[in-house]
Amino acid sequence: MALERSEKFEKMRERLTELKELSSREGIDMSEQIERLEDQLDAEQADAVAELSRYDRVKLARHQERPFTLDYIERLCDDWVELHGDRHYRDDPSIVGGWASFGGRSVMVIGHQKGRDMKENLARNFGSPHPEGYRKAERLMKLAEKFGRPVLTFVDTQGAYPGIGAEERGQAEAIARNLLVMAGLRTPIIACVIGEGGSGGALGIAVADRVLMLENAIYSVISPEGCAAILWRSRDQAEQAAEALKLTAQDLLELEVIDEIVPEPPGGAHTRPAETARAVGEALERHLAELEALEPDELVRLRREKYFQMGAWEEA
Amino acid sequence: MSWFKKPKQKITSQKRELPPDVWEKCDGCGEILYSGRLAENDHVCPTCGHHFRIDALTYAGLLLDEGFEEEFDTGLRSADPLGFVDSKSYRDRIEAASEEVGPEDAIRTGSGRVDGRQVKLGAMEFRFIGGSMGSVVGEKIRRLAERAVDERDPLIIVSASGGARMQEGIYSLMQMAKTSAALDRVADAGLPFLSILTHPTTGGVTASYAMLGDVILAEPGALIGFAGPRVIRETIRQDLPEGFQRSEFLLEHGMVDQIVPRGELKERVSVLLGHMC
Repeated sequence: MALERSEKFEKMRERLTELKELSSREGIDMSEQIERLEDQLDAEQADAVAELSRYDRVKLARHQERPFTLDYIERLCDDWVELHGDRHYRDDPSIVGGWASFGGRSVMVIGHQKGRDMKENLARNFGSPHPEGYRKAERLMKLAEKFGRPVLTFVDTQGAYPGIGAEERGQAEAIARNLLVMAGLRTPIIACVIGEGGSGGALGIAVADRVLMLENAIYSVISPEGCAAILWRSRDQAEQAAEALKLTAQDLLELEVIDEIVPEPPGGAHTRPAETARAVGEALERHLAELEALEPDELVRLRREKYFQMGAWEEA
Repeated sequence: MSWFKKPKQKITSQKRELPPDVWEKCDGCGEILYSGRLAENDHVCPTCGHHFRIDALTYAGLLLDEGFEEEFDTGLRSADPLGFVDSKSYRDRIEAASEEVGPEDAIRTGSGRVDGRQVKLGAMEFRFIGGSMGSVVGEKIRRLAERAVDERDPLIIVSASGGARMQEGIYSLMQMAKTSAALDRVADAGLPFLSILTHPTTGGVTASYAMLGDVILAEPGALIGFAGPRVIRETIRQDLPEGFQRSEFLLEHGMVDQIVPRGELKERVSVLLGHMC
């Protein structure tokens, strides 16, 4: 539904451009028509966004053409040097990481990476990391800390991979270790959820001073399908589960789990990736500037304090 | 002429009704055991060594000289932040679990002594919504860790959990970060954290504090993993190897330090604390 709408909006925008061109070329005053069309477009777009169900956002977050981590790195950074391997077992292509220049400073960028086509997806395991991915991320975060460089992470995974090798090599330990390391890392960390924030596999690179989320990204303890299978005993109830889980950026801002929503173009990030990347870059720059002013002790104290507050309980 | 004909005897298998609280059947070997004898043996089957599930306070009694001398934060209750309803409302689930198990949620925390040494202990309660970790479990662990730091006592947590409590949505996921951050404070203070894994320990609990022990002990035969076996089987569409994700499998793969039968647990904990305190 969201996609059909976005096509309709594109047509309206094209029509607007035509009208404006016509008006200036022929010197005819069409301001009334233009204004009417602009108002209509604004209103319909606002309605469309308001009408998006949570599961519509899930679909947008999983859209195959959505920008992935490497797309943001390409658009926002210079001097990208990818670093490979966890130094224990292998390189996990489901997580990419390396040095980059962002806004004139060196940063460590780490992110989940999905594939654009089947071949790349098989190599990248659809963006579902093994323990090696988390251990590579840990190594790179410590490297950033050693040289006093900030860490930027892009979160986009349906979850850490549930397989035999992953269990044998300690998937749980790898994620747990990252949570501990990130809680105490003496350099700024900003995480940005760009697509799917799938449970512990997402959190494993997302404990941060600031957590940003794209407007149509999702972040959840379990996929709506997984939740439906357990609690409703049918994966068909995923829409209902998505509603119950409250997994949209708007939900998470209200629950004070994230710090800011980065706006997307009306049809979703993939319709105008350059514009989306600009908005992400602007938000990262703003938060980074704030965090760079803090001493490491203060940074760690505030980060821990932030996570200590999280949750909802009553006390008798 | 039918002297060689065997009289037909109907074979009946009579289901033996076990009087509750007196006899228990072992899930490991099927042996019928006298409850009193089982309790004396720390709820471990004397025939096959199967470890029966025991509750949080029983662990406190097992590990501490006098059980909990003080129990902490017993008044914390989940606030149902999402107003979560599936086939049943989360509030109803909490209420039912509170009535059946007690209202202290899926972990009991407190202080006590191990061979005279002061410790802070948390023991999870699997019967409370599968030992799932929501905001109350996270906050109780955070406070327990803070108390350990303030009073410079070692920290011990006995885990038994199916993972994060999905009825609390994103907050349950955030408890993984919260408890790990609390443990980082304990580590900074130079205090030992001993993690004891019991059947079962999976999901978000394994992927946070349970696997972060300075030393990790496991009870024999416990299921320990990140993903549950059913999810893995459905993902890879293959049968899982024998003994997969059991304590012995984790020891072999270098994920836990030792497997310790329940009867030896206190003694091992005591010796370990001696080395690390």
